[in-house]
Order: sequence, then structure tokens, then C-alpha cells
Amino acid sequence: MNVTMKLNGVAVTDDVAPDTTLYAFLRDHNCKSVKCGCETTNCGLCTVWLDGAPVLSCAVLAVRADGRSVTTLEGLQAESARLAQCLAEQGAEQCGFCSPGLIMNVLAFERELAGRVPTDGEIRHYLAGNLCRCTGYMSQMRAVKRYLGCALGPDDWQGTSVMADVAGPAPVAPVSAAASGEVA
Amino acid sequence: MTESLNTSRQQAENGARPAAAPAPDASPAYTKPAATRAYANAAWPASSSYDLAREITPGLAQVSHPVVKKDARALLAGKPVYTDDLAPADALVMKILRSPHAHARIRAIDTGRALKVPGVVAVYTYRDVPRTRFTLAGQSNPEASPYDRLILDEVVRYVGDEVAFVVAETERAAMRALRLIKVDYEVLPALLDFTSAIDNPVVVHDEEGYQVKAGWINNERLRNICAQGESSFGDLDAAFAQAEVVIDRVYHTKADAQAMMETFRAYAYPDMYGRITCVSSTQVPFHIRRQIATALEIPPSQVRVVKPRIGGGFGAKQTGCCETFVAFAAQRLGRPVKITYTREETMTASNSRHEMQMHVRLGARKDGTIVAIDLHTLSNTGAYGEHGPTTVGLSGHKSLPLYSRALASRFTFQVVYTNTMPAGAYRGYGATQGLFALESAVNELADTLGMDPCDLRVQNLTREGELMPQFDNQVLYSTTLERCLRRAQEMIGWDKKPLARDMGDKVRALGVSLAMQGSCILNVDIGSVDLRLEEGGFYALSIGATDMGTGCDTILAQFAAEALDCPVDRVVVRGVDTDTSPYDTGSYASSTTYITGAATLKAAEQLRAQMARMAAGWWGVDPADVRFDGDRVYVPAPEGLAGVPEGAVGNAPAPLREMTLEAFANKCVSGGKGDALTAHAAQWSEFSPPPFMAGIAEVDVDKATGKVDVVDYVGVVDCGTVVNTNLARVQAEGGISQGIGMALTEDVQYDARGRMRTRSFMSYKLPAREDVPSIRVDFVPSYEKTGPLGAKSIGEVVINTPSPAIASAVAHATGHYIRTLPLTPEKVLFGEEG
Repeated sequence: MNVTMKLNGVAVTDDVAPDTTLYAFLRDHNCKSVKCGCETTNCGLCTVWLDGAPVLSCAVLAVRADGRSVTTLEGLQAESARLAQCLAEQGAEQCGFCSPGLIMNVLAFERELAGRVPTDGEIRHYLAGNLCRCTGYMSQMRAVKRYLGCALGPDDWQGTSVMADVAGPAPVAPVSAAASGEVA
Repeated sequence: MTESLNTSRQQAENGARPAAAPAPDASPAYTKPAATRAYANAAWPASSSYDLAREITPGLAQVSHPVVKKDARALLAGKPVYTDDLAPADALVMKILRSPHAHARIRAIDTGRALKVPGVVAVYTYRDVPRTRFTLAGQSNPEASPYDRLILDEVVRYVGDEVAFVVAETERAAMRALRLIKVDYEVLPALLDFTSAIDNPVVVHDEEGYQVKAGWINNERLRNICAQGESSFGDLDAAFAQAEVVIDRVYHTKADAQAMMETFRAYAYPDMYGRITCVSSTQVPFHIRRQIATALEIPPSQVRVVKPRIGGGFGAKQTGCCETFVAFAAQRLGRPVKITYTREETMTASNSRHEMQMHVRLGARKDGTIVAIDLHTLSNTGAYGEHGPTTVGLSGHKSLPLYSRALASRFTFQVVYTNTMPAGAYRGYGATQGLFALESAVNELADTLGMDPCDLRVQNLTREGELMPQFDNQVLYSTTLERCLRRAQEMIGWDKKPLARDMGDKVRALGVSLAMQGSCILNVDIGSVDLRLEEGGFYALSIGATDMGTGCDTILAQFAAEALDCPVDRVVVRGVDTDTSPYDTGSYASSTTYITGAATLKAAEQLRAQMARMAAGWWGVDPADVRFDGDRVYVPAPEGLAGVPEGAVGNAPAPLREMTLEAFANKCVSGGKGDALTAHAAQWSEFSPPPFMAGIAEVDVDKATGKVDVVDYVGVVDCGTVVNTNLARVQAEGGISQGIGMALTEDVQYDARGRMRTRSFMSYKLPAREDVPSIRVDFVPSYEKTGPLGAKSIGEVVINTPSPAIASAVAHATGHYIRTLPLTPEKVLFGEEG
């Protein structure tokens, strides 16, 4: 079947088998940031945006994206830089395999918040589907809370980098959807 | 006579001296400023605030700082750096047909229809593979684990064992072909209960070609005994005769899945020399090279193994998995072949933690003094013996030494084969199991005597300078465990809270545990590095240690930068490619910081010495007069030459000779007279200093449902010098979280026919974000004199405290002990059956 979608702002057309998952389609189209950790929609590693909303690409057929817009981390390199730096400064990426899915979900959450500062519980709940086996989540939470502007408690230990240039370009302000490469 | 360059820091310490005087003898290991030692010995403050900078060791510029991982930017940008991201686009895809029976002999296999599927390139069965047995255990040669495997075997020994490989142009074709292979099985009786394995009529390994490489394991495979042994000290009977209380209990830990997010995967291809290159997500590239060579019956020279970025390992990838499969197919077909395990395959057909049953007898006086410990461990290694003989040892050797003051102790063990999924290495490696048993028994002792479990432990702890008879008679050089425990008590508010208090619907309770581990396999592990000064004035550090996400690339660069007085980003790190990386046994046994870190310091000192000789030759001076401060190579002016007062700032006499590092490095490789300076150093150790941890759990037990929630967990670690404060903290938090999973929900289960029930994350419950609301970690560093800059290890010790601490908290809440993990609501409410 032919499908056509906007993939990170670029029109893509391909012939796919009906049972091809969006996950497999994206990997085949060089979006290698998209990972699979479980095949059973438990882990959150394959999170991408479909028309700007986070979905688990292992549980979405490629044909469902026909005529729609798909965004992966490859299309959010500038928008994700400041969050990436917050995570790096906590060592919260560890093996890094779950990082792209987590970043996609945090950035989606940030857009939904529209500037509102969330509670700790709200963050945990929104990100509940993003499993991580390395970190025990605490460093991720510190990084995300800092990124979203939450007040940090006495136990929210702040990592500081002695080589700030490693984590990416200088922090940038959140960019608009249009600038991020996403096409509505 | 040393030729080492003195650092400016050493100069400062040693004070001014005439330039003509010989330099002091350089220690082969880099030495840490003396101030740190005093800090480590500082008295425990009576009431301390939560000092967030505690883990920073003074006097270090690069080590003991929260340095960002070198690969952080690429990982967080989702760059294609993992095995499957890098596989050639034209790689053939391998899929595996697996046994539906726990024990069977293959009478016949018909692959004819499968081969006719368009796109299928080959189907392989046991008739096609070499007949030399090998082990998948990633261990030093000769391995302790028996050679009990073939690539494909006529006998299948657990549900999931490999029966046939399909290699096809596409995954779709391979999957279709799998369903068309017809196998005629002679189903054999299966041995599923490991407690009845010994002398069972079902023998798991009675085949020809089985080899034992290490005699000390006392293998009796025809009795299903993979390994057995005993270690004792003191007169056990006499010691028990002094006991006024004996805690005599049986504890049982389950097989747990390591559950790293990246499943097993590898690809292989023949290179331009006709050799086989295998790219694999592995912790042990050099051991994989040996496995492939042995399994394929080819010389090791014909194999190259490359490790890219790894999506977690936790020990799972210390065991080979699919590397030999793709190497075999690539060799036969002359084309790239890749395999990516599904989560279900990873859950059901790779390896897990060893399930263990431990019988503890703990004898004590009424005042809480532990006088005798007797531990017997029965371990289930499953269908194959990977890591069976060695994991079991840690259940005693890395638990009993916590209480080496006991008058006598005995540790006996048996490791048995069964028709279940083979066990392997998982963070903690047996110590986790043994500590659940011993620390639970200590908690039961405290409750029996009505003593505070923290005070009882402090009374019995092994102290600095004491022998650890159950740990190869090692001397304990460094420990702050008592202070770790007191700090953990302070953090949780131990003194202000009862062990259990009724909250209405719930009971809130506390439980505590201690833990230890090692810092390497003593006299076995080897780490080596190559360190080069490159044109332009930077350093290339080539390592065989495998960063699996833990950050060792960065940590080793920190060591090099510390010793070379430069920023971390002046050291580039490369690993691992067995053709070019220096030998390293791999990243396991918590060894990389302790072993390869020390090798890195040695190499840096050697490089400094080479630089001094090179500059001295150019300048016609004694190498001992040459200094290097990280940015300049120079010969200082003799004291008093310009009449400048000693210690004057900004007015020092000009050096007699001086070059920037860049100019020096460039001159080394220019003009036809130089040499690219390269240092190589290796490290092994006759010590394996234990890191320690104290953990305290605060749990809520729901009175109606029995559900246990860990509302707070504090862990305080003594890993020696904290090399990277960020990464150490994340190691501890992550290990605690895995330990909480082990305690409460993680449980590999089988049905009555030996088929695994827990085949996905739907049925095997990992802790999710809302399950671990609060993990708080602190460090009380000791200074380990045998370690690099005082460091020990942290990777494994951090998983060991949650199970016994949470079990004790639940016992305080409910009044009854659960001795079989996990602590499910059913057991919490109704107790264990029988």
C-alpha cells in the first residue's frame, strides 16, 4: 500500500505491507533514534509524535500515518538541545537507549503545559510509560524538573558540569512548532 | 633513578629544592594529595546537615567531579551509534526456531519447504554446525564454566533452546520460513525443580564432548552437579556451642531478568582479508572473540569483535548470546548477517540471575555478638553452566566477610543443572542472593533479641585492618561502613521513628541492610590501555574496557586527565575493537574503575616519563630537570638565580627552556627525528577491596491488599574515592531501583511443562517511574590505598540492599517474615505456604 506522510517536515511516500508498524517504517527511513525495547507497548522507547501528539510507534501501523505528520527526535534537534543538556548534566542518559523516547514525551508534555509549572506527581504520571533500567528515574526527574522550571527541593541535587560545552550548544529558549520542523 | 616529570602539584607538595638535585623517586602509581587521607579519617560529626558536597574529594581537578559523559551529546540526540543502527543495509536477517519442549532429542528436521520461501538464503540445523563444545560465559581463559554447548545441538535442554537458524533477505521471509520447518522431537522427561536435581534420573548433560576446563569446580555432571565446594574457617561446632541464640532459616531468591532496554543483537561479516568481523552489543569483546573461534573451529586470528555503544547490560551481556550464530552464518554465506532478539527471546532464551536457595544458621550471644555463621547455597544454573561455578561463590565470599569477627564460619555450595533457561551474570553476581539470606537472618536475629538492627550490625562489623577469612584472607584496608549506616539512619530519621507505626489503612515500617561486593576478580582480571600523545597536543586513550552506558570511557579519560594535568576533553577515548584495542577482560565484576583506571594512571605516568626523556634529549639536560604542568614542557630556572624570593607570585624567573604542549607534540613527529610517544600499561590486582553500602527502606504496607510501596529509600555508599560524582550517584540510584524490583515484583516463572510464563514486560514487572518515588543517595568515601586515587568500585554493590531491607520492613509491618522473593501482596497478607 502507498503511504504518504510528512516525516520531520519532509514529504515521504513509500509502498508498505499493510502490517508494517510505524516503528519499522521509521527505522527504514533512517530515523534511527526510534528504538524498540519491548514490542508490547510497555517501555516507551519508540515514542514519536503523530500530528504533534506522542504515540508508541510499535503500536501504530504505518498506514495510519498516511496523510499525517510524524516527528522524531531527528526533527527536533534544536528544540531538544536544552533538555538534553539538563539530562547530560545529571548523567541521566546512562546507556542512552531510552533517551529519545523520554525526550519526545517530555517535549510533548512541555507543549501541553504551555508554560505552566507541573507538580512532581504530574511529571511522574505523564512519563510513567517511559521505562528506564539504568537510572532508577531520579536523575531523569531532577533533569526534567529543572528543564520545566520546577522548584527544586533539598534532595533535588543539582549536577554541575565541568565541561558545559560537551552537552551541546548553549541553552536555547523553547522554539515554536514551526521552527522545530514539525508541520501541522 | 627516576625519569618521571614532576607535576607542578608534586613540586608544591615537595617544596622548593635545588634544580640540580635528583627528583624524588616516583611511585609507580599516581599519588593523591595527603589532605584527602585526613579527610577520609575525619571524625564523624555528631550532627551533620545534608552536606551535598561530601563526595567531592579535595585536591583532585578532574577525578571526583561531575564530568558529563563524553558520548552524552550523541546519545541524547538519538544518533545512530548502537549495533542495529550500524548494521549494513544489505545484511541478511537471521531468525531462530526454538524448542517448544523443556527436554527433547531431535529425531528429524525437514527444512525443504522453508528453503523454498522466496528470499530465504539458508536454513541451518545441528547437522550443519561444528562439533566442538564451548561456553558462552564471558570469563578469562580457561573458563570456570564447563564447555557444554554447541551452536546447535541434537538435544534441546529448555523451552527456547535453539533448533534451527533461518537466514533470509528480509525478516518477513525468515519469519515465514520458520513456520515451515518440521521437527520430529523425541520428548524426554524434564527436570524443572532445582531442589531435586542432584541424582535425579533425568540427566541434563550426558553428552560426549562435554569439557571441564577448571578442575576446582568439582563437576559431577552425571549427578547434575555443575559445581560444588566448601570454604571454612575456625571451629564451627565450638563456635555454635557458644551461641545462645541460633537463627536457622532457608531463604530463596528467584531468577531475575536483567532487562536492559537494548535486547541482544549482533551482526557479522567477512572482511577484506576473509576474516570474520562481529559487531555486538557485548560487555566482553575479547571473550566473544574466543567463543567464536572455538565454536567455529577457526583460529582466533580470523576473528575480530567490535563493540559500539551498548544499551545497557547489567551482566546479561557478560554472556555470549547470538554472536556465534551470526558469525557462523556470515562465514558460511560470505555475506553480512544480523540478528536482533525480540524482548520475548531476551526474556525466554538468553540468561538471567541464578535462582538460589540458601540455608543460613546464624549463632549469636544474647548481647548480639555474632559467633558463628553457616551458609549452604544451592544454585540453579539452568540448562547450561554459564557463570554457575562462580556466581555461587559470591553468595558466601561477598556476604560473610561483613561479619568476619565471628569465631567461625562455613560456606558450602552446590550448583545444579535443570531444564530451565540458563542463568548467567546479573549485577551482584551471587552476592545479591547471599546478602538477602545473611542480612535477612541478621534482621531476624535483631528482632528475636529485641535489639536495634543497626546497633547490632555496628557491634559485629569487620573493621579496617582486620582479616576477611571468607574472602581469600584479604585484609580490609578501607571501610566507612559504620559511618555509611549512621548517615543512612540520619537521612531517614531512624531515631525519631518506630520500626512500624499504624497509619490507619496502612502500616509504615522501616528495614535496614548492609552490602558489600568486590572491585575485580583478584589475580584474574586484566585491564590495559594505550595512551598516545598526538600531533596538535592531545591524547588518544585506547581501551579494551567496555562502556555499556555506565560511563567508563569518560571515567578513564578523567584518570588520564588528572595525571596529565589537563581538561578531560583533551583526552579522546576509543574502544572496543579487538584488532586495535589493548586487551581487557571486559566490564564486569565491578572492575573497570579499579583495574583499568589504575592501568590508565600507570600509562599516563609512563607517558610523562617519555616526554621528559624526549625533551631532555633535545635540550641536553637531565630528564629529571624537565617539568610538565599540563600545558608547558619546561626546565625551571635554578633557585635564587634571579634573586626572586621563594613563593613570589607572578614574578618567577623565566624557565631555562620552555615549549607549549602543542609545539612539543608537533616537534615529536616532525623533522624526521622524533617519535609519536606512546605508553602502554596493564593492571591486575592481588586485592579486590570491597565497596560497601548501607540501605534503609521505608515502606507502606496496605492492610487490605498486602501491597507494599517503598515510600523512601536511602542508600549510603563507600566506593572509595568517588571518581565521577554524577555517574556514581546514578549507578547507586539505578541499582537500588533494580533491587526494589527484585524485592517486590520481579520473578521469572515457569508453567508445569517448563514454559516460561513471564515472556514480556506485561508479565514481568519492572519498577516504573511511579513505583520508585524517592531514592536518596549519599557517599562516605574511604580511601583505598590499593585503588587508583583511592577508588574502589560501585557498579554492583548498589543492588544488594533493597531485598533484605524491604523484607525486614515488611516483617516489621506484618509480624511475619517472607523468605522467598518477591514480596508479593499474597505472601504479605497470608504468609508463605507451608
